[in-house]
Amino acid sequence: MLPLMLGRVRKARTWDLGCLQEILKSFTERCSQCAAVSWGLTDEGKYYCTSCHNVTDRSEEVVSTAVITNTKINSISRGLRKRSKHEKGWDWYVCEGFQCILYHQAEALKTLGVGAELKNEVLHNLWKRYLQKSKQAYCKNPVRTRGRKAKVLGDNLQSSDCASELELLSDTTLESGAEFQSDPQIPKPFPLVKASPKSEAADVCSGSVDGVEYSEWKEKGVLKMTVPRTLALCYLSLLWQRETITLSDLLRFVEEDRIPYVNAFQLFPEEMKVYGRDKGIFAVESWPDYEDIYKNMIEVAIFLDLPRFPDVTEDCYLHPNILCMKYLLELNLPEEMHSLTCQVVKMTGIGEVDFLTFDPIAKKKRTVKYDVQAVAVIVVVLKLLFLLDDKLEWSYSSLAEAYNEEHREDEPQFDFRKWYQVMKKTFDEKRQKWEEARAKYSWKTKRPIYRSHIDKSVMYKRREMVEHLQKQFSALVGSTPVAEKKDPSSFQFNWTEGDTGSPCFHGHSLQGLLRTKGQSLITKNSLYWLSTQKFCKSYCKHVTTYEESNFSLSYQFILSIFSFLLRIKTSILHEEVSLIEKKLFEKKYNESKKRSRPKKVRRH
Amino acid sequence: MSDFDEELTKLALAEDGKRETSVFSNPGMHFPWLQERIETVVTGGKKKRDFAQTTSACLSFIQEALLKHQWQQAAEYMHSYLQTLEDSDTYKRQNAPEVIWKLGSEILFYHPKSNVETFNNFADRMKNIGVLNYLKISLQHALYLIHHGKLEDANRNLSDAETWRYGEKSSSQEVLINLVQAYKGLLQYHTWSKKKTELSEIDKDDYAYTSETGNSGNQSCRTSTSICALLKTPGVWDPFVKSYVEMLEFCEDRDGAREILTNYAYDEKFPSNPNAHIYLYEFLKREKAPRAKLISVLKILHEIVPSHPLMLEFHTLLRKSDTEEHQKLGLSVLFEFLDFAGCTKNITAWKYLAKVNVSHLVWVEEEWMSRRSWWPTFHFSFFWAKSDWKADADLACEKAFVVGILLGKGCRYFRYIVKQDHETLKKKIKRMKKCVKKYSIVNPGVCT
Repeated sequence: MLPLMLGRVRKARTWDLGCLQEILKSFTERCSQCAAVSWGLTDEGKYYCTSCHNVTDRSEEVVSTAVITNTKINSISRGLRKRSKHEKGWDWYVCEGFQCILYHQAEALKTLGVGAELKNEVLHNLWKRYLQKSKQAYCKNPVRTRGRKAKVLGDNLQSSDCASELELLSDTTLESGAEFQSDPQIPKPFPLVKASPKSEAADVCSGSVDGVEYSEWKEKGVLKMTVPRTLALCYLSLLWQRETITLSDLLRFVEEDRIPYVNAFQLFPEEMKVYGRDKGIFAVESWPDYEDIYKNMIEVAIFLDLPRFPDVTEDCYLHPNILCMKYLLELNLPEEMHSLTCQVVKMTGIGEVDFLTFDPIAKKKRTVKYDVQAVAVIVVVLKLLFLLDDKLEWSYSSLAEAYNEEHREDEPQFDFRKWYQVMKKTFDEKRQKWEEARAKYSWKTKRPIYRSHIDKSVMYKRREMVEHLQKQFSALVGSTPVAEKKDPSSFQFNWTEGDTGSPCFHGHSLQGLLRTKGQSLITKNSLYWLSTQKFCKSYCKHVTTYEESNFSLSYQFILSIFSFLLRIKTSILHEEVSLIEKKLFEKKYNESKKRSRPKKVRRH
Repeated sequence: MSDFDEELTKLALAEDGKRETSVFSNPGMHFPWLQERIETVVTGGKKKRDFAQTTSACLSFIQEALLKHQWQQAAEYMHSYLQTLEDSDTYKRQNAPEVIWKLGSEILFYHPKSNVETFNNFADRMKNIGVLNYLKISLQHALYLIHHGKLEDANRNLSDAETWRYGEKSSSQEVLINLVQAYKGLLQYHTWSKKKTELSEIDKDDYAYTSETGNSGNQSCRTSTSICALLKTPGVWDPFVKSYVEMLEFCEDRDGAREILTNYAYDEKFPSNPNAHIYLYEFLKREKAPRAKLISVLKILHEIVPSHPLMLEFHTLLRKSDTEEHQKLGLSVLFEFLDFAGCTKNITAWKYLAKVNVSHLVWVEEEWMSRRSWWPTFHFSFFWAKSDWKADADLACEKAFVVGILLGKGCRYFRYIVKQDHETLKKKIKRMKKCVKKYSIVNPGVCT
């Protein structure tokens, strides 16, 4: 290979051949075109690939790294020797990365209208507690040296002495992630389960100081921080504050990019380089999943050994009565239904403070899916009113329609068929738009994370290529202005605004569905069918399953739009409905255990 | 997990590289829905990354937009789909450039705001992502340029591609390089043939003429090397063969042309291709080759396409032949030709059938046996009698004569035509009646 190359490399002759070979050998990056590692030098001192003759812009890149002032060739040959010299940046630790993400998430929540105490007190303390419990800081025997730990929460923490660090409820504030400073001290590595061979291989590396160790860190009883768990922490603090944001709202805000989550590492200061093993820790290529975050939240709460949360009382947003009202409005259902949902809540006891309040220390470690539960109550009420057997709801609709025809001046009666038509159309459109928006979501950032130094230039080149191509195609996109981002709201639909063209059913009455019995009003329909006949009691952790085809079309429709509203799987809502029915018809369930189970249960 | 996955896919890719699949494998049958099944099977119970889910949704949105000719929308989705080039799944990332090239070039071809420049830009970018697609994209880029009349640019493009090499020459690359060269040759042929028509307008004694012919001779030599390599690889290369042979013939290199054509038609590695035999036949005819040779070429064509118009020529060739075997074959060629719905109105075929030698009536009967059940309704229904007469009286007469022979004078087609009172055809019909009476292969009295 050498003699062939020398023809092109006039300048290289000033060195002896051995030296040249040394230099070429030291440049081991892959060619961005053909991925081969076989380099020669051009007259200008640039590298060219001997297999595809692609000339790199490698030398430019080095010059732009202002720190290095040596000759181009030298700086490259030096480059691979030590990680810290490869990417000039701060020394930072993985937990600092998470702290930075949490900081930005808390900031985002603040702009969404959440009180400032959430960030400054609750989330801060939870994070401190996490560091303490995972023995990364604030404890007698941290994984790393104590001196550096004080720095983790920022330099403005000087007021607090060592003793107060252990105090959980101190009033220090969570500092901006941008104010981290590098610490000259090198901390003790994480205890590893097995001694990993200190691989000098170029492909095991990380931008953070402890990224490689962190990714291999396995210690029993320690819950490692992950990006989804940052959301779990956020939700825990929201719950602690009893804020008016449910888990489904939180996840929807994440999906709308109002709360940093996907590619949250973008928000790290420029000097915090993210690459190598950091990819596995910080890069996320999925939106958070309701069940997953919910599970994580309970795990984190248990790990942090949190005390009982503040009571969820009737005046809290998370109380089913209030949430039911909210979702009745959201789902364009008559407000009159609220009294029925309240009744169901009362009969089932799901409005009790003890039931609603999260207590991680209690024996039964679970919390309520407030939003799912409220929607499930509405489903139960709809079943009580209309039976939803694909027959009764339509015959009631015909009655209501006839009544409304005759009494145009009066308050209209709720017409299920009409409601169905409106909702079907609206939700189909909404879902279509949602799917389109998802398909257009761009996951990749301006700062690609490469796995190893060899990949670096390839990744950047690829990024550049994509950006160029995107520019080309965006020129072909019409000048149709992108719909302006709506202000964040816990409501996704607004039915009362006349301009949507969809009728609003909030004021419609339920008169046609009720009859008087004695002094009270009861529903005309006296039948009911149970969503689940028999609950699963094995160890699979499913309560029940949802096989769509077993259920009436109306029920399927309702479950599908309601679960879309919360962005959850229909099976989760079905499960919740079954659980509420289990409470509501407890007696019947007990009876049916003795006798053969009747398909339909009489309520009166 | 992903590290391990990447390792696995790397291995799989390496194997793929060895096999060199997909490029020219047969475009056999495939189930479009199977792809999705396979995907769900592979991921099993594991949750698919949303990245994978949204990009595949994006892909189907693009496909839908293309189907509906919504180029603008397609471009919009394309903007997002480009991120698949950065997919962390190595296998998908490797496949992304080809998919993007196919979709992107389609969009740029039709998009009202796109022009040659944007297309060039796009093609140049895409060529340089990875190495696997360079040749394919170069070739398609050149075809695009040809389509837009930019022949010089196309030629330059092909020349660039021709000299491009990556690693060891693999079989798929070789085919592609041959194709690139062949298209270059085709472009050269184009300029050559343009010049030829220009020259044909100049006086032959002119000085310019002699020098130009010399030039074009040179050119055809160069073309021959570029096309020749491709013609050695099995495939259907009709336009290349045709233009190449034309140039060879112009240079008086008849042996070369014959060799190419014979090889193209008879090499068993090549897919069966009727055109190959047609070209060879036409060449031999120009060359005034002996009848036996022509017959042997057409015999193969007859086996592949019995309804080809050349079959009538084949029939006359066979009839002129001395052997009885050929004469008999000639008859069945005619019958088989008329078996095809597209050939029913071919008056020449009917004429030939009507002129069949009286001494061969036994053979006619033989051929008729197998067609007796369906030809009467296929060719000789009352409906056809009326419509044939209306459209082409001559055709109707020929057919009537044939049907008279085959079915006798009692059949409705014959009776209908004979009944027609026509000035000029009167004599003919009279003669026909006589002949039918004399030669009909059916016993009189049997009617259909």
